[in-house]
Amino acid sequence: MFMKKIAAASAAALLMFSAAEAKTLRWASQGDALTLDPHAQNEGPTGAMNQHIYDPLIQRNPKLEKVPNLALSWKPISADTWEFKLRPNVKFSDGSALTAEDVVFSYQRALQPTSDFRAYISSVKEVKAVDPLTVHIVTNGPNPILPDYTTSIYIMSKAWAEKNNVTKPQNYKDKEETFAVRNAMGTGPYMVKQRDPDVRTVLVKNPTFWGKDQFPGMPDEIVYTPIKEPATRVAALISGQVDFVLDAPLQDIARIKQTAGLKTVETAQVRSIFLGLDMGSPELKYSDVKGKNPFADKRVRQAMYRAIDVNAIKQKVMRNFSASAGLITSPGVHGYTPALDQRLKYDVAAAKKLMADAGYPNGFGVTLDCPNDRYNNDEQICQAVVGMLAQIGIKVDLQARSKTLHFPKLQKKDSSFYLLGWGVPTLDSHYVFTFLYQTSDAAKKVGGWNFTGYSNAKVDELSDGMLKEVDQAKRDKMVADAWAQVVADMPYLPLHHQLIVWAMKDGVDMPIFPNDSPNFKYARMK
Amino acid sequence: MNTASSGALQRFFDSDMWWSFRRSPLTVAAAAVTVVFFLAALLAPWIAPFNPFDPRSLNLMDAFTPPAWSEGGTARHLLGTDNQGRDMLSAIMYGCRVSLMIGLAAIVFSVSTGVLLGLLAGFRGGWVDSLIMRVADIQLTVPAILIALTLDGVARVALPKNVHDQVAIWVLVLSIGFAYWPQFARVTRATTLAEKNKDYVNAARIIGVPGIAIAIRHVLPNALGPVLVIATIELALAIIAEASLSYLGVGMPPTQPSLGTLIRIGNAFLFSGEWWIVIFPALALVILSLAVNLLGDWLRDALNPRLR
Repeated sequence: MFMKKIAAASAAALLMFSAAEAKTLRWASQGDALTLDPHAQNEGPTGAMNQHIYDPLIQRNPKLEKVPNLALSWKPISADTWEFKLRPNVKFSDGSALTAEDVVFSYQRALQPTSDFRAYISSVKEVKAVDPLTVHIVTNGPNPILPDYTTSIYIMSKAWAEKNNVTKPQNYKDKEETFAVRNAMGTGPYMVKQRDPDVRTVLVKNPTFWGKDQFPGMPDEIVYTPIKEPATRVAALISGQVDFVLDAPLQDIARIKQTAGLKTVETAQVRSIFLGLDMGSPELKYSDVKGKNPFADKRVRQAMYRAIDVNAIKQKVMRNFSASAGLITSPGVHGYTPALDQRLKYDVAAAKKLMADAGYPNGFGVTLDCPNDRYNNDEQICQAVVGMLAQIGIKVDLQARSKTLHFPKLQKKDSSFYLLGWGVPTLDSHYVFTFLYQTSDAAKKVGGWNFTGYSNAKVDELSDGMLKEVDQAKRDKMVADAWAQVVADMPYLPLHHQLIVWAMKDGVDMPIFPNDSPNFKYARMK
Repeated sequence: MNTASSGALQRFFDSDMWWSFRRSPLTVAAAAVTVVFFLAALLAPWIAPFNPFDPRSLNLMDAFTPPAWSEGGTARHLLGTDNQGRDMLSAIMYGCRVSLMIGLAAIVFSVSTGVLLGLLAGFRGGWVDSLIMRVADIQLTVPAILIALTLDGVARVALPKNVHDQVAIWVLVLSIGFAYWPQFARVTRATTLAEKNKDYVNAARIIGVPGIAIAIRHVLPNALGPVLVIATIELALAIIAEASLSYLGVGMPPTQPSLGTLIRIGNAFLFSGEWWIVIFPALALVILSLAVNLLGDWLRDALNPRLR
């Protein structure tokens, strides 16, 4: 009896203790999610935020393996149909149940013209709810990699979207405001408690989350604060104002490692940084060359490629947290080969000769658009490029902006020369071709991030083909051919693959995700 | 002509001002430092070891070279280099040029606006006076940096970015200059009120000298002393205001950096041990504004007979 009382009392005490000790994880990085609308912007930090609120059918774990999420199992049931069996008893945070209808609705929403995720599911012909827990996705011809593409399509509640008049994704590039931009309601581990864009976002545990037992130690509250200034971000971590910094400035990693109570984890990221050139327009919009487009001449692109000393950037700007790139895709992605990932040799003399051959012995002027809060040391990379291109006479006017201005500018095709980074959430080369290299075509839902005007019928055909090809050997050949072709055509100038370092307090246990997209349900707080 | 000017010079050397100047070693030092800064800024294109803003002269591999006297430094870069391989000494000289130019232009703008409005208020009186002085009072309750920040923010939204970068310097001049006019208006108005009913002004009025001429030729000279004192002190404030705005990232763009921009760039390397990128521009700013401030102090004492 007595023992029972003690047990009850200590249980109560423990309960009170744990209630008082609500575990809050405060984290920071340089820029905020662009929107909470899960289908409006296909951008890393936006997806990283939204994955806490919305769930995809299949998710990637810290090793980037596909694990069951809202779908418990998936299999092809015919040449062109995939069957997804949904997890039973999943509830949205408003208490309503998830059904196959919500999945159908979400996929249809992600196929709307204002969606930035159309290229992920461009092959999808029809999504059918067979019964409340079974979804069939019918594709135009076979699509062996469809499950990889589902990892980025988040599932919304149809009723919620209809009630709040957000059945279409926000038109981000025209700065449309809808209810779904600052409000979100999903089946994910967290709910939005407070959303002040660019200031503070607070997420609290979703009491109806299906994975409560699977992730028992996840933090009760996640507070996100964007801190643009690198030194301020480090100061906040060192002084204990935040527990986790996603993008600690590379120059400060050594210092953080030496600081007691802080630790870092690092990994090669699946993201390549490169420069894009408008080679398709008859005349560059932002250049002093009139009547013709210098970037249309491959010799000019090659000269610029050879004038950029990526090793100097690696050593001085990236503090060795990068690996030089010849391909816009990284090790770990299907179709990547070290043989293709070789850069043309850095050679200023050869570059000058190419410029002279192309008819620009004295160079020309052009504007470079660069984000200053998106990639590791992005603005400094651009500054270094300005100096290097000056050596071959190209006078670059650098315009560095916040990503909230940079990306819409690109999406309006309002740039002649720009810096961009590209990750591969599907871990398959097709994703790169369909977004960056295929001829930009809204009706075909491809080439959505191809702002170069690059168009090569052979690449288009190979990219479409590799989506449908089920014979692995044949498909690998197509991928390799496509890479060889785009490397030869050079619409982009690859710079490097990012290495990422996450810095955190010793008390935070968080596995690093090579896609740089932290999913805090995997975090443990001591 | 020659004798007249040498006579004026002689009068200056015989004056109380020159005497009080020579008697204060601190002031002499401040004046020397100010002259050095002005010369360095003025002659930067000819005497700076590098042109740090010509991208062709940069080599990224030179980046993060420490100052000449520390380990790894070279005599080529006396104060080291920044993250782009720019020579710090040259960058500071060019930065001073931008800072001083903005400071001086802003003060010229606020002196001319302030003096004009002060004269108008003092002479006209009535509702004109009330209107101008109440506006000045209201503006004095708002910190100058806030006004400059607001004006600069509006210009930033109103102008496209590439246009803004080109006119950034004038936006700063206007926003800082606009923030400081009330001081000058108040002083000028006070002098005007004190002088405008004196006999010599009345005499001028009786013989038919027009109001504008009286204001400018007879009353204004009385206000010039105090205006000069305030202008010197506010020059230091304007330089600091410009540096603050640039430090906050709303001032000069990195392509034409002022001292404040240089400090902002260097701030990112404080934790990583590359201290020289931030310390030297910061020292330059402190020394320059201190020297100008000391000069202003001395000028105030020298021109105020009651303090002698």
